Formats: sequence, C-alpha cells, structure tokens
Amino acid sequence: MLTISLSAEKIFHIGSWPVTNAVLLAFIVLVVLSVLAVTLKKKLAPVPGMLQNVTEMLIEGALGLMDSVLGNRKTSERYLPIVFTIFLFVLFSNWFGLVPGVGSVMVGHGADAVPLLRSPASDLNFTLALALIAVTMINFFGVVAMGFKERLSVFFNFASPLKFFVGILELISEFARIISFTFRLFGNVFAGEVLLAIMALLVPYLVPLPFMFLEIFVGFIQAFIFGMLTLVFVALAVTPHEGEEAGH
Amino acid sequence: MILDVNSIRLLATALVMGVGALGPALAIGWIGSKSVDAIGRNPEASSKVQTMAILAIAFAEAVAIYALVVALIIKFVG
Repeated sequence: MLTISLSAEKIFHIGSWPVTNAVLLAFIVLVVLSVLAVTLKKKLAPVPGMLQNVTEMLIEGALGLMDSVLGNRKTSERYLPIVFTIFLFVLFSNWFGLVPGVGSVMVGHGADAVPLLRSPASDLNFTLALALIAVTMINFFGVVAMGFKERLSVFFNFASPLKFFVGILELISEFARIISFTFRLFGNVFAGEVLLAIMALLVPYLVPLPFMFLEIFVGFIQAFIFGMLTLVFVALAVTPHEGEEAGH
Repeated sequence: MILDVNSIRLLATALVMGVGALGPALAIGWIGSKSVDAIGRNPEASSKVQTMAILAIAFAEAVAIYALVVALIIKFVG
C-alpha cells in the first residue's frame, strides 16, 4: 500500500530533538561532500590526478558561467562559494534521493514502518532553510558591497511617492523570492517522489525507467536553477542603481 | 453522485492540477519559441539566450509546481 506523507517522518530522537529521514540523508550528503573536499585539498598537486582534474573542469565551467552574469572573474570568485555550495548541496541531495533503497528500506514494525532515508529536498524544512540562507546571503552581500544605507534605501526610499511604492514592492518581492525558492525546489522533488512511487506501484518493470531519467534530469536542473537564481539576485543586489536618469 | 468531502476532494485535486498547468504550459511554449527565434537571428548570442531561457522556463514552471503542491495537499493531507 502506498503511503505518501507530506512531512518527513521522524526516525529517532537525539535527546529531545527528533531526527527525520530527510535530515539523515542530508547529513550523509554533508559527510560525503566534506570528505570529497578534504580529500581534494590533501591531494592538491601541480600535476592533477583524475579527481582534481574533474573538479577543476567543473569549477572553471562554473566560474565561466558566473562571469557572464557578473562581468569579471574577481567578483565571480568572491561569490563562487555560496552559489556553488548551494548548487552542489542541492544536486547531491537530489541525486542521492534517487539511489535504490532511499524510500524503500523501512524502519519500525508493521503499521508504523517508515522509510529510513528520504530525499532531503522533499522536506519543506530543508528547502525553506536553503531559501532563507540564500536570501540572507543576498542581502548580506548587498550590504557588504553597497553599504547598509544604500541597501536599506532600496526598500525604504522616501525621495518620492513613486520611489516609496517601488521600495515597498521590492520588499514584498524579497519575501516572494523566499516563498518561490522554497516551493520550486520542494514541489519538484516531492512531486518527483510521488510520481516515482506511483509508477513503481502501477507497473514495477521497465516503466519507472524513463521517470528515473526524468528525476535525474529534474534534480540537476533544480539545483542549477537554485544556484543561478541566487547568483542573479546577488548580481542585482551588488550592482549600483543606474544613477538618477537625466531629464528628471 | 454523492457530494461528500472525499468526492469534492478528488474533484478539486483534478481541477487544480488541470487548470493550473494551462498557464505555465503556454508560457513555456512561448519562451521556447521566442528563444529559438532569437538564436536563429543571432547565433553568437546563443549562450546568453540559452541561460536566460532556462531561467525564464524555471520561473514559469514554478507556477505549475505551486499548483501541484496545492493539489497534493488537497489530496493527501487532512
């Protein structure tokens, strides 16, 4: 029987804190990414091995893409950490959520058996946390690059009624970004999980295969979109406003 | 037809998803068409147009995803 739960199920408690299956897989992704990073750092050599080669290719590609949005390599390198980390974390979370065993290996007995692992982004808390981090960092970078007053004047501008109205709209759209970041990633991954579960329930052989490919693709695209949008909003936040139009 | 909560639930789920997918489908089609036009006119700007198109398509798709989330909540929660 198919049980679809909107919220991630708790599997154990640390003290009084519940740990859900999505948190567990997110932690595993965290460990894997950290091990990867530490290994790369330790084995840094002038003549690169395969792992270093592939990583360098990826980072060159990412920096090139960021150059086309930000303009120069220096700013790209400044914002690479947050953007690329978000991308990698979401990518690995989504792809790890497709590994056989995630969603099917259960703990508990009988009626209240719950999956041991679950795609992290299918938990609203995960995507909400990432969205909040992204938007906070966007504003933080805006403050660092432009100054606190300048950043605040984007939202609260008393120069003229029109500018004030635009400022309020900007404030609302900041919150709308948080919502849309959250639900875009959550919706895609959760819907993908439901889709895979239902396909496997209906026709277990062969038919789930194209849907698995779809989910691999969607996982990559959503990670890319999250990273790209963070990058674009950072670029918008650190670019000074095109001065007062001549002719006013 | 017995109009109880569960029947209305099923109906609502289907309606939300059906109507909610119309707008994004049209939008994505338009975006795709315009991007292909732009690339055809100016193959050099291809990578810029591509990046912009992917971004715009993701935004449009997000609206369909919102509808999907509402449909799932209606069906499976409560």
